[in-house]
Amino acid sequence: MAMYTTHPAAPSQDKRWKLVDATMRRTGKTSRGLIETLHKVQEAFGYIDEEALRYVAMSLRVPLSRAYGVVTFYHFFTLKPPGKHTCVICLGTACYIKGADKLIAEAEKLLNVKAGQTTPNGEVSLVTARCVGACGRAPVALFDGELSGQIEVPQLLEQLQGWSAQ
Amino acid sequence: MNGEELQRIASAALDERKKFDYEVNVCMGTGCLSQHSDHVRDSLTKAAEASGKSCHVRRTGCMGLCAAGPMVLIEPPLTEQAEVRYGHVHESDATEIVDSLGGEPIARLNPQLEGYFKGQHHVVLENSGHIDPEKLDEYVEHDGYKALIRALTEMTPRQVIAEIAASGLRGRGGGGYPTGLKWDTVAKANGAQKCVICNGDEGDPGAFMDRSVLESDPHRVIEGMLIAAYAVGAQEGYIYVRAEYPLAVQRLTAALREARRRGFIGKGICETTFNFDIDIRLGAGAFVCGEETALIASIEGQRGTPRPRPPYPAVRGLWGEPTLINNVETYANIAPIIRKGAQWFSSMGTERSKGTKVFALTGKVRRTGLVEVPMGITLRQVVFDIGGGVPDGKKFKAVQTGGPSGGCIPEEYLDLSISYDALISAGSMMGSGGMIVMDETSCMVDVAKYFMDFCMTESCGKCVPCRVGTYQMHRILNAITTMNGTAKDLAMLEELCDLVKHTSLCGLGQSSPNPVLSTLRYFKHEYLAHIEEHRCPAGVCKAIAEGERV
Amino acid sequence: MTQSGDVKTLKIDGRDLSARADETILDIARENGISIPTMCELEGLSSPGACRLCLVEVKGSNKLLPACITRAEEGMEVTTNSERLVNYRRMIVELLFTERNHVCSVCVSNGNCELQALGQQVGLTHVHFPYRFPKEEVDASQDRFIADHNRCILCTRCVRVCDEIEGAHTWDVMGRGIESHVVTDLHDAWGDSASCTSCGKCVQVCPTGALSEKGRSVAEMHKRRQFLPYLTMMREGHE
Repeated sequence: MAMYTTHPAAPSQDKRWKLVDATMRRTGKTSRGLIETLHKVQEAFGYIDEEALRYVAMSLRVPLSRAYGVVTFYHFFTLKPPGKHTCVICLGTACYIKGADKLIAEAEKLLNVKAGQTTPNGEVSLVTARCVGACGRAPVALFDGELSGQIEVPQLLEQLQGWSAQ
Repeated sequence: MNGEELQRIASAALDERKKFDYEVNVCMGTGCLSQHSDHVRDSLTKAAEASGKSCHVRRTGCMGLCAAGPMVLIEPPLTEQAEVRYGHVHESDATEIVDSLGGEPIARLNPQLEGYFKGQHHVVLENSGHIDPEKLDEYVEHDGYKALIRALTEMTPRQVIAEIAASGLRGRGGGGYPTGLKWDTVAKANGAQKCVICNGDEGDPGAFMDRSVLESDPHRVIEGMLIAAYAVGAQEGYIYVRAEYPLAVQRLTAALREARRRGFIGKGICETTFNFDIDIRLGAGAFVCGEETALIASIEGQRGTPRPRPPYPAVRGLWGEPTLINNVETYANIAPIIRKGAQWFSSMGTERSKGTKVFALTGKVRRTGLVEVPMGITLRQVVFDIGGGVPDGKKFKAVQTGGPSGGCIPEEYLDLSISYDALISAGSMMGSGGMIVMDETSCMVDVAKYFMDFCMTESCGKCVPCRVGTYQMHRILNAITTMNGTAKDLAMLEELCDLVKHTSLCGLGQSSPNPVLSTLRYFKHEYLAHIEEHRCPAGVCKAIAEGERV
Repeated sequence: MTQSGDVKTLKIDGRDLSARADETILDIARENGISIPTMCELEGLSSPGACRLCLVEVKGSNKLLPACITRAEEGMEVTTNSERLVNYRRMIVELLFTERNHVCSVCVSNGNCELQALGQQVGLTHVHFPYRFPKEEVDASQDRFIADHNRCILCTRCVRVCDEIEGAHTWDVMGRGIESHVVTDLHDAWGDSASCTSCGKCVQVCPTGALSEKGRSVAEMHKRRQFLPYLTMMREGHE
């Protein structure tokens, strides 16, 4: 069969695409590297938009629907830009037993969004995690990636209010 | 790299340690770091410099007792003095700690941790808390890579497999499949490009053994994989780690780089013809990828859906080649077995469950953290002697093991000795090692609903019984916990448990009814209280009118 | 391919039968007029073993095995219709009916629907699990075809025929678990799909009214599948 050799152009001049390209090259520029590349896109841009997904899929010769199937299968990937700040509340068993569901309910009430959503002003994303593996310190939350253990409602609300007030 | 060179590295590392009178280890695992143990380390380093004492402040991995973090371990290296452990250390304690070196321990910082460590026996965790995870030399000083050299230079691949088989080691990821048999199958399978995979997709909520081992002693896992690769004849290796474990990924990356630089991985390893390289692959938040065939699909860049077995990965795995998959803790047991012999290993544990097991002890228990105990110890010893029992004067109700595939074990089974078979007979399973203690304030129907919610949202959706069955079971549990459940619902729930257990495609689907089955077995009265009397004995669930249900 | 001399003998429902080593239990059952219900399986496409309807009991195995992908083995004793299996099949079909919105009386495939036929085959008289009533989309953006997700049972035949026979891979599954859906391209409207060739293979292999031709009224959609064995045969001839 004839080979189709054209390579799609990066969506923009943004230098971060060079990082993405490097990951694709490292994994042999085949469908094998799809998940690795998606990790790199999310790391570089914070999320994976349609344009990025199309570029990666075409570069790796992965059918578009398959790329979409993969990106929506894995909950670590997000197709929407995250808020300026992110609060992750762990819902592992140890955290649940120690009241993580109440933490989520209070955070949802304060921010007026559901878990998994971002406040309309784009300030705060409220996210739940399956287990961050810090069960010895349950219940835990991550504020902008920094882990806090044995967290209580007032402490959580104070942190969230601090962000919202900025 | 050869045996002599290894010996030189070990001696040099020991000489380096001898330069100091004292060693102060600071836990920098995820748990303690979240309590700013890095600041504690920095202030200890400063205090040591200021005092003029000959003292080495070392970053280490997990010391186990996360509840008392940040933890500090004083190790006088060249004396017979006992180790001293401090808990809840603050950076302002640094000067006092340095001053006390050589004198009496500081009682204030020593919150009676000894009970926690007394019943434990560390094999997998032997280096955790004692070495800097990013320093290969320190691993070598603790007999690291000795087993690899022995395997490569003194043993044939068949002898390695025989040794592992003789040790009685069984897979630590959950199922408990005999490791030696698995290796043997891969070794005998036909294939030019065999693969070795380390399953670090520790997905069970409430479990963090693998994270801790990867953070604290990454070279141990790498060495285990190398020996496995030599035994089965593989050249390509992958470590599949959850993206939720950034510190483990970082330490593993550093360890791999160092191992490659020193010639432990790559081409012509340790001056032999053995070639093997290891790459890291990140998980992306899908519990089902802990299942072997789903994990392989994920490494191949696809949706992580399991496929029917046979063919088993040992025959047709990654890229269609024979593939060995073991979990982190299994690989962490390999080097000590080769180093000390199968007999040493099989002298620990029970008739059919040999060695030790690492558990993540959490929930309503006084001392939470990581424990490693010989198989055969009772649940009561772990929960009460090591964990210190239930806090706040509350009454113990159950201990959950095996994650979403396991079950809740009640008080009357606490004297059960821990083994793969005993836990299954009690309606649970070993699983990867999560052990979550629940007291009288936990509602067992609510716990069953929690796990069913987990199984429903983590179902890959490929087969009908798991995809729709878990949804229906969750709906019923939701009805019961909002006091809208009926006797008919309960009958339907039991019917669905049977269906999903026997007709789902993969192990995860098949085991998803277990939390319901085990709570129905031991706590049916709690279900009946919700249904017949519209009350929750634990006071967790509240009545919600049918229409308002979410 | 196995050698033609490699023949296995086995028992299905007490009957002594013979099989080529590359044949599945389902192949042999069909050759001999033994009916095993199936749904995701379709001759000419790969079998994912996902619907679990063709599970059978095999003596000596404590697990139920999918007939569509389990190969015949010497001395195998297979039971295809025990009371237990019949029960499980009825419940699985029931679960499929509760998952989306299957209203036969207004469906283009009424009378020609495999799900409907399956319900009759397994003796489903009423559904005792509650219905889910999800809100699902109907995509009519394509010139010639309609995708009605209310009637999709996620058998993935469309995904497989598009990938394995047409070679376009326009369809795939997005999301997971109960939230899974089939999508075209990047979840684009079907009519906007850049990869779709409008060949209609997916429509013809769809077992229900989820994919249908435009302009069909209730009960008017008859699926035409004769192309599938033909294409499979012609392609094998080229190898």
